[in-house]
Amino acid sequence: MSLWLVILGMSVATFGQRASFLLLPDHVKLPVLLRRALQYVPAAVLTAIWAPELMLQKGVLSLAPGNERLLAGIVAIAVAWRFRGTFVTIAAGLVALHVFDQLF
Amino acid sequence: MPRARTEFQAGLRAGLSLLIAIVPFGLVTGVAMAAAGISPLEAMAMSVLVYAGAAMLAAVQLIAEGAPALVIVLAAFVVNLRLFMYSASIRPYFAGEPLARRLIVSYALVDNPYALFLQRFGTRPGDPGKFEYFVGIAVPVWICWQSTVAAGLLLGNQLPAAWKLDFAAPLAFIAMSIPLLRDRFMVIAAASAGLTAVLAHGLPLRLGLALAAIAGIAAGVLFESFVKIEKK
Repeated sequence: MSLWLVILGMSVATFGQRASFLLLPDHVKLPVLLRRALQYVPAAVLTAIWAPELMLQKGVLSLAPGNERLLAGIVAIAVAWRFRGTFVTIAAGLVALHVFDQLF
Repeated sequence: MPRARTEFQAGLRAGLSLLIAIVPFGLVTGVAMAAAGISPLEAMAMSVLVYAGAAMLAAVQLIAEGAPALVIVLAAFVVNLRLFMYSASIRPYFAGEPLARRLIVSYALVDNPYALFLQRFGTRPGDPGKFEYFVGIAVPVWICWQSTVAAGLLLGNQLPAAWKLDFAAPLAFIAMSIPLLRDRFMVIAAASAGLTAVLAHGLPLRLGLALAAIAGIAAGVLFESFVKIEKK
């Protein structure tokens, strides 16, 4: 069953990523460039996940006001910036999506 | 060990404060898994064994599209590249700890607990009770995550599509990424990655995400080097 294969593969990969540096012997020092590069990974990867969801409609770039997911996303970004909470950000984005959907 | 107990309780309190962020993310993940037709057993197995919401959401989308197993695992790997960073950054705090404790920390190393742990010990790495504090955070977060995923699975297909709850997934990522943009280097890295992800979206095998990660990291490192050289 291939879904169990996926679950197994994801489990091994994810645990490996988490344990990677934690299991290194204490005397091993990480190269400076590696540490500098790693610090940008979360912001880069997390943004890369949501950006296409806002800016593409059915796989096509759409920056027009008719793209209500982009508009709602901008509202959510502003709320996340101001309040830094997961719950308020999701709530604001969903409400905004419904409002823009009614408007356009 | 009164110190260990105090730190565990302090961790518990910190962990409980996170639950408001965990609940919506867990629900969204559970609902998405049910909508993709993943059985409750498989979904909970994934939730317990993988225990990484962002990767699970990415995987669920690909499972629904019928992507090959290897592509799904690789996409999850790219989404979870940030775990390398957490692992490297938290490592000095657990120097000298036995293997069993490092394995436990590894399993429970997720975004919000990582951030909370550094808030407490970031400037005081020598304080005792780090493992106990981390476990204190991890326990309520783990219980809350598993139960909200299960709740999402139960709600699953009963939620009307007109509510557009699928949009909650990108919103959860916005909520996680925006607070990371604390300086212009981070903003450059995030913007480069986001732009690359949009432009490279059409590439097969989710290569766009991997390219975006590389572009974002490179942009951050290069811009930082450039600015620091100029200042000299």
